[in-house]
Amino acid sequence: MDKVAIIGVGQTRYERGNTKSFAELVYEVTRKALDDAGLELDNIDNVVTTTNDFYDGRTIACMAVAEASGSYGRDATNVEGDGTLSAFYGLMRTLSGVYDATIVTTHCKMSEGNPRKLFNQAFDPIYDRILGMDAISSSALQARAYMDRYGVTEEQCAMVSVKNHANARNNPYAHVALEITIDDVMKSPMLAEPIKRLDISPISDGACAIILATEERARKSAKKPVWVRGVAHCTDAYRLGERDLTYSAALETAAKKAYKMAGIRNPFKQIDVAEVYDAFSYMELMWYEGLGFCDRGKGGKLVESGKTQMGGELPVNPSGGVLSAHPVQVAGLARIAEAVLQLRGEAGGRQVPGAKTALAHGITGICGQTHCVWVLSNEEA
Amino acid sequence: MNEKEGSDRELLEITSGEAEHVYYWHCGHYVSKFLLGLRDKKTILGIKCSRCGRVYVPPREVCGRCFATMNEWVDLGTEGTIYAFTVVKLPYIDPNTGKPIKVPRTDIYVKLEGADTCLMHWLDETDEKKISVGAKVRAVFKEHRRGTIHDIECFTQI
Amino acid sequence: MGTRTAIVGVGQTYHTSKRKDVNGQELINEAVRRALEDADLTLKDIDAIVIGNMDHFEAINCVDCWSVDGSGAFMKPIMKVTTGGSTGGTLGSCAYYHVASGLFDVVMAIGWEKNSESDTQAAISTCADPILERDFFGGAIGPNAAEYAMYMKQYGASEEDAAMVAVRDHNNALNNPYAHLRKHITVEDVMNSPVLCWPIKLLDSCPRSDGACAVIYAAEGRAEKIASRPAWVHASAVSHDYVYFGDYDWEAMPTLEATASRVYKRAGIVNPLKEIDVMELYLPFSTCGVIWMEHMWVCGRGESPRLIREGVFDMDGELPVNPSGGVLSTNPIGATALIRIGEAALQIMNKAGSRQVPNVNTAMATAFGSCYWFEATILRSGKP
Repeated sequence: MDKVAIIGVGQTRYERGNTKSFAELVYEVTRKALDDAGLELDNIDNVVTTTNDFYDGRTIACMAVAEASGSYGRDATNVEGDGTLSAFYGLMRTLSGVYDATIVTTHCKMSEGNPRKLFNQAFDPIYDRILGMDAISSSALQARAYMDRYGVTEEQCAMVSVKNHANARNNPYAHVALEITIDDVMKSPMLAEPIKRLDISPISDGACAIILATEERARKSAKKPVWVRGVAHCTDAYRLGERDLTYSAALETAAKKAYKMAGIRNPFKQIDVAEVYDAFSYMELMWYEGLGFCDRGKGGKLVESGKTQMGGELPVNPSGGVLSAHPVQVAGLARIAEAVLQLRGEAGGRQVPGAKTALAHGITGICGQTHCVWVLSNEEA
Repeated sequence: MNEKEGSDRELLEITSGEAEHVYYWHCGHYVSKFLLGLRDKKTILGIKCSRCGRVYVPPREVCGRCFATMNEWVDLGTEGTIYAFTVVKLPYIDPNTGKPIKVPRTDIYVKLEGADTCLMHWLDETDEKKISVGAKVRAVFKEHRRGTIHDIECFTQI
Repeated sequence: MGTRTAIVGVGQTYHTSKRKDVNGQELINEAVRRALEDADLTLKDIDAIVIGNMDHFEAINCVDCWSVDGSGAFMKPIMKVTTGGSTGGTLGSCAYYHVASGLFDVVMAIGWEKNSESDTQAAISTCADPILERDFFGGAIGPNAAEYAMYMKQYGASEEDAAMVAVRDHNNALNNPYAHLRKHITVEDVMNSPVLCWPIKLLDSCPRSDGACAVIYAAEGRAEKIASRPAWVHASAVSHDYVYFGDYDWEAMPTLEATASRVYKRAGIVNPLKEIDVMELYLPFSTCGVIWMEHMWVCGRGESPRLIREGVFDMDGELPVNPSGGVLSTNPIGATALIRIGEAALQIMNKAGSRQVPNVNTAMATAFGSCYWFEATILRSGKP
């Protein structure tokens, strides 16, 4: 792969009930990303937006953000899915040799619709949807299957919630920052056994943008470029009944491919900081395993060891992760933006000192059907 | 399984039921001001790009051409000309109500005086022979206004 | 310079108004299997998949994830792209950039729609801004009708000129076994068909269809081994400029002009009428087949009706347009623009059967959708 760098990032604060329109949110982050990169829109020749007609409540939802993302007068396209996939498409367009600099935007205003109903629409209309499945109930099935198989405890899941909500206190963009104990999580209301109120991510509004550039363009950028070293995505079976819910084959496959590109043999040792898509507390444990940070079934033990806390060997979600802000479709791109801040040493109170290699991860679909893994570094290949 | 007896005998269709998805769209800072102009002042507001001078209606934050933030509000009044019209005769389902729309219905694009873009609305005339591109029109406001685009009842030819 | 990329396989379903015999995944699978057969590949050869449709026509959220059983994306990379009516063009360019990036060797684009599963006009009307424009937007037909009314006034064109485009596309469809509407028609038939939205009549407008299309793209090195005559992608371009329907300048058609000039420039085309051998254009209404030729610089302003009457765009004319029968004969919306690319590729590959135009070396496909957004692709028999 030719060298491509991320040279600008921009995020809104994540919150519920942001009063801006889709376009106003996207304009805010597009501006921020341009300012961050020290660029004007004239320097951008390619735009990738991210929208979803269900979440946005209109057909061809990308129409709403065309001007705000800078699409006027330049090539533009639109992905529907997690922001990590939009960024991947932006990367491919940058690698094609047709464009120099690509802006990738994504926004979410889930507070405007009915999230449970919208997630229900991801289920097959003929078989599963009619049963009323949604993100929480389906994830509860996965959590139960996973925990039962490997003896992972509810307390171990709770530790993820405690860690990430505490990390969020250092992140000015985070939606829910909390100082809580394992006991608080265990005593929070049961939503769908074994998932409790404090095991789940909030419904957040917000937007994020990044700028990808060719090597030549990146060398001229204002900020130290963060190089894309490896990236891959993979999709598992659709129906939950067809998947082994206790581990993520798709994540393992995507991670191995991304690691191969990046020359990573021992991810736990070679990666300095990871931002993963922890929509539910149990997911972070499963993703540890899929990402090869530990063996299958050992995610609970890993969090228990404290190695993924701030100050540990491999801090995971210093930003507070998705548990502390969950703007759907934005959350994966926010992981990339956070990884970039870490690699530039600009992560403020959530900075992992001396981070050289970072991992960002996004998911799409029910129970993490599609995974996308990014390996970034401030060192060139 | 013998196909003739099984799958080929009857092909089924299921419906998505009566459920509706209600959204609460945030109008944002620019469209809110526009709607408040309709509700409180019975006037139509546009916004001007201070860089290229283009006047947009409906107003929005950014001029796509210059990628500049716009803050210069322009009162466009209530009159303009018909840029294009169509008399809709196909009673498709109204996404707001789930029921067929009432036809005939005239959709128009109005170029308000002083604006560079058009506003979409309805015209109170459904006989296409009595409508012409370029005709002068005026907005008719409702007596009770709630801060939506329907605070304008329709446009009428003058 | 990215990796040189070519189309090496095309598959589509037989398109009809209602495919009650298959569900969406099965419909997709039909196109996928035909594309694999056409390229003589198996699913194992496919490194990545892109898929698209319009969400509210079938109301399936995360179609990429849902599609796996039909698309064959199990344990493969798949992503969804969507831009309304132009989705098929967006899909083609997405698959192209997958390969051009050097990250994937063989990539399949899938476009599909089961329009029969919902009220198409209602779903389309929700593409207008919900707060300000939705209630005044009578679907795609209104703006197009208004556009042609203005054109006739300006250039003295007639309703019959548009009817001739309808006759051309509908009658070309008789040569295409996959087309949805296959019935011989005359100008009189068009003129006598019911007025939907003056001046557009029933036979001037596209149907809604159930159908799917899959197109396989491959990298240089692989492409020549898969296909004896691959269709090389020379350029792809897009213009997505507008937000509100009221913003658009129909007289100038700036997005179509921007798309066409960008794609010609990237492919080194100076005189499209002379240099392009066949076009598969996304013409949702026959009226567009009159006006848009001019904005694509095939001819000068107001000249299109004369060229149409002279038969320049007929099968035996100088620049045949829509040998497949075009959108007027087949319109499964998320697949429609990908079918244009697939048909253009078949012409280059010399596999278009009885709709084949002789000696095609350069072909163009376009996509149209959303707020007057356009996309275009130039394919050639020679490498870029």
